[in-house]
Amino acid sequence: MIPASFEYSSPSTLAEAIALLQQHGEDAKILAGGQSLIPLMKLRMAAPKHLIDINGIGDLSYIRESGGYLTIGALTRESDVDGSQLIRDKYPILSDTAGVIADPIVRNMATVGGNLAHADPANDHPATMLALGAEVVATGPGGQRTIALTDFFTGLFTTALNADEILTEIRIPTPAAGSGGAYLKVERKVGDFATAGVAAQVTLDGDTVRGAGIGLTNVGPMPIKATRAEQALVGKPANDANIKEAARLAAEDSEPSDDLRGSADYKRSLVRVLTTRALRQAISRARGGH
Amino acid sequence: MKISVNVNGTPREADVEPRLLLVHFIREVLNMTGTHIGCDTTSCGACTVLLDGRPVKSCTVFAVMANGRDVMTVEGLEKDGKLDRIQDGFHEEHGLQCGFCTPGMMMTGYSLLKNNPSPSEADIRWAISGNLCRCTGYVNIVKSIQHASQKPAQ
Repeated sequence: MIPASFEYSSPSTLAEAIALLQQHGEDAKILAGGQSLIPLMKLRMAAPKHLIDINGIGDLSYIRESGGYLTIGALTRESDVDGSQLIRDKYPILSDTAGVIADPIVRNMATVGGNLAHADPANDHPATMLALGAEVVATGPGGQRTIALTDFFTGLFTTALNADEILTEIRIPTPAAGSGGAYLKVERKVGDFATAGVAAQVTLDGDTVRGAGIGLTNVGPMPIKATRAEQALVGKPANDANIKEAARLAAEDSEPSDDLRGSADYKRSLVRVLTTRALRQAISRARGGH
Repeated sequence: MKISVNVNGTPREADVEPRLLLVHFIREVLNMTGTHIGCDTTSCGACTVLLDGRPVKSCTVFAVMANGRDVMTVEGLEKDGKLDRIQDGFHEEHGLQCGFCTPGMMMTGYSLLKNNPSPSEADIRWAISGNLCRCTGYVNIVKSIQHASQKPAQ
């Protein structure tokens, strides 16, 4: 399959890339890993007139902790997240997530920024980033601004980014002591999108839940933050009855539709089961287990 | 657009349309047909090549994205008339039936052994989880990579 023709630029600095976005406006698309965009272009579901390839911009790929945040450069490859010892040790929910995106070969190109900016509700990072309370940095002609993930997704494949802005960094608040998280995904086979996925992050104070974040993958037109389920846990003991009640609410707040991956009822049931399991694992990790 | 790609150690220059996929550049511009096109939808991994040493699906990369970078294809495995250990492994362990997935399987296996010289069976199955064999010959493919892992790298 051959994509429609386009003009191509490969700027070497962020400033050049932003100037190109200003010049071409809505006709331009950013090309990062290309693992979502290129398939869409081959199917002619996307036909941007101008591609701005940011792979040659050097300082957009990093994973580091600073100032109370884990910061991830938008161009960081999923395989680098998956292989990061820092993330494996301190942010296992992110290892869980990067390790189930597409397949190991696709992950060598696919980027964290692209997984978010593409705003496909079937992508895996949005749920995890919602659970972690992340924000993204958007860089445009006027400089940088941060956007909370809860404000980032505005519809199917659409985000709060302006046409002349690039998502340049993801910032995740360093979890307090006694925190743990997990991401669970049911997929028909390696490489498929989630039939359903659930991200859960908790902070415990003894046996009491002090904070909870729950995100849902591919069970609605946008990534879903299961706010009622989170609220059902905070201030309560981290026990099975409360986990099950949270899971029930998460399933209730999901908006799945029937498709080739299963019926809406089946997917809602999956959300309930996966939320239960993800919360159990998150609580176990918060207590120092695996 | 004029590009220069270092393919199997040799700089190759061409004037290409930006929409040309890397796999078409390799097969149709360079006439190197060892790299196969299978699904053309980023699923099967038959088109796997190494880009700066990492396996990628060349049906989902534009040739212009490889400008100034290193590409290694299945033709680059053999050195001075001697097969690479991964090729020997597939030969010795009957790691192919129809052979269509083989170039991609070997590039993925080659890359795995560079990063993990003594992979477990689970490591191998993980590494090739983005490469499909429609003959379902996975048992012998795993054995082939294990065979290669027991030989010294060239």
